[in-house]
Amino acid sequence: MAGKTLFDKVWDAHVVHQIEGGPDVLYIDRHLIHEVTSPQAFAGLEKRGLKVFRPQNTVATPDHNVPTINQHLAIKDELSRFQVNKLTENCEKHGITLYGLGHPYQGIVHVIGPQLGITQPGMTIVCGDSHTSTHGAFGAVAFGIGTSEVEMVLASQCIMQPKPKRMRINVEGELKEGVTAKDIILYIISKITASGGTGYFIEYAGSAIRSLSMEGRMTICNMSIECGARGGLIAPDKTTFEYIRDREFAPKGDDFDKAVEKWRTLKTDEDAVFDKELTYDTADIEPMITYGTNPGMGTNISGNIPSESDIEASNLVTYKKALKYMGFEPGQQLEGIPVDYVFVGSCTNGRIEDLRAVAEFVKGKKKADNITAWIVPGSRQVEQQAWEEGIADILEEAGFKLRQPGCSACLAMNDDKIPAGKLAVSTSNRNFEGRQGPGSRTMLASPLTAAAVAVTGKIIDPRKLL
Amino acid sequence: MAIAKFVTIESTAVPLPIENVDTDQIIPARFLKATTRDGFGDNLFRDWRYDKEGNPIPDFVLNQNVYSGEILVAGKNFGSGSSREHAAWAIHDYGFKVVVSSFFADIFKNNALNNGLLPVQVSEGFLSKLFKAIEEYPATKIKVDLVNQEITLLPTGDKEQFDINSYKKECLLNGYDDIDYLLNLKDKIEEFEKSRA
Ligand code: SF4
Repeated sequence: MAGKTLFDKVWDAHVVHQIEGGPDVLYIDRHLIHEVTSPQAFAGLEKRGLKVFRPQNTVATPDHNVPTINQHLAIKDELSRFQVNKLTENCEKHGITLYGLGHPYQGIVHVIGPQLGITQPGMTIVCGDSHTSTHGAFGAVAFGIGTSEVEMVLASQCIMQPKPKRMRINVEGELKEGVTAKDIILYIISKITASGGTGYFIEYAGSAIRSLSMEGRMTICNMSIECGARGGLIAPDKTTFEYIRDREFAPKGDDFDKAVEKWRTLKTDEDAVFDKELTYDTADIEPMITYGTNPGMGTNISGNIPSESDIEASNLVTYKKALKYMGFEPGQQLEGIPVDYVFVGSCTNGRIEDLRAVAEFVKGKKKADNITAWIVPGSRQVEQQAWEEGIADILEEAGFKLRQPGCSACLAMNDDKIPAGKLAVSTSNRNFEGRQGPGSRTMLASPLTAAAVAVTGKIIDPRKLL
Repeated sequence: MAIAKFVTIESTAVPLPIENVDTDQIIPARFLKATTRDGFGDNLFRDWRYDKEGNPIPDFVLNQNVYSGEILVAGKNFGSGSSREHAAWAIHDYGFKVVVSSFFADIFKNNALNNGLLPVQVSEGFLSKLFKAIEEYPATKIKVDLVNQEITLLPTGDKEQFDINSYKKECLLNGYDDIDYLLNLKDKIEEFEKSRA
């Protein structure tokens, strides 16, 4: 019998029941909830007269819809306030731990899970948010679900899921200077397209992946969904164990050692077979940026937007529609395009390492006059660390202001909206039409590139300033 | 809690020949502030459907009176991006019962099925045929028969089989929902928990 992949090992260990010709009933170890995709699930539960089955396995925090300035004041927007209050009410009623606004642990769900040690190797983790794939960086099977499924987890700690196929993506070699985890994943998505991973769960492997910090690995797994994959994961190793050690909810002392022993077995067997396998070479990966309206439309920042002749016939309609929306020309050079906004934040790149990268780059420099920059930490802990490490001061001297944690302009549900027509370089994960505000235009890039753009006011290869 | 039983549908269709329609387009984030499941249909495709002042954009298909029906026929990779179930609610609330495409994003597909909205995946070739037929003759009727897993372009009789797992098919046909199923498994779930302790 062929060996098992890491994904199979974790998935199979959680199957409570198999339905013939149907989905697996999968047990969920950790469930994260936030204010936007949970209220209807609680309402459904109550309509059925049910209690939350295992309240201790769910953790809640408001993030999508919260202001990023003056968080100590009541939320101005009535609907947002109602939604956040509803979360508080539901958690109180059902005995669920809530890290509300102002709590030192509040933040974007996918930033706080790992930071608090809630996320651990070998777990199944779900959340009503597609970027739950982030937690896969720890060797967990983690994926986003819809609200009906949130209700299922609340009611039974299980969901019903057809098992995805397995894909492995190997990235081999040493990263070139100025190339970051974000560039790797933007490169991969540009190669396999925004739908190339649909139906799959991706394992990322290879020397380049292993060389990444946990933050970098999270950035990679986070964007798995942007190529359509259900999730992505990376085998846990020393880097993983060291990251988890001593975190609030991590096992301690002997328990930690025992856990590590178990976690070490979480890797793909040598003779395991994948449904699809791809390998990329870091020699081909440069700093990346997107030019279109899905994350697959990315290219080398030092290059040009592809011309029509580079695009496959079946993608031409999307390509033309995207360029029209972005106001770009086929074949146009990317460097030099003037930019209006820079957004550093989100569950993709709103962790402390990302803020450090930006601070290091902008230290002693000033932001360009034409740039409005929003720097939004992924959590209160990140925010606090940024103050403690002097990052906030460096940013301020360079003309930026550190805001308060939340999803912010990543999806622009709160007031942090890029105005119509304005062009933003963003460290988030989606460049869809209007994603950052109606009519806004988004180019996705790494924190390093975003910092270079903030300083020069236009698209630039960050390596020119290193 | 039962959802409506899915019956065979014969209806005209609305064509949306755009690829990679993401859920941010289906229902933009600023309309996700509601805490109930109703009323999202009003804002379905909001930013393609209305301009900044809230006036209908005449070019957009939902604003063209010639097209109507219970079937939405859309380009490849429909429903990508955000997991928001609000996208499925909005489509269903607007009055669609079926979405046809050559490719669906996984989460959207689950969300649709959980709300009695049937995603029908057809070949690229059949999808082009549908677009062509509807655009040439908007009164074209399409039949979606879940029992036989068959979609038929009625005027020509062209048909194609589509896939759905047998469990979900039973659920849709009978109006069952997953939570009832899971609640019946409680003992097994508790057993599983014990075996891991
Ligand atoms: S930061 Fe953006 S992608 Fe991440 S959870 Fe928030 S809205 Fe979703």
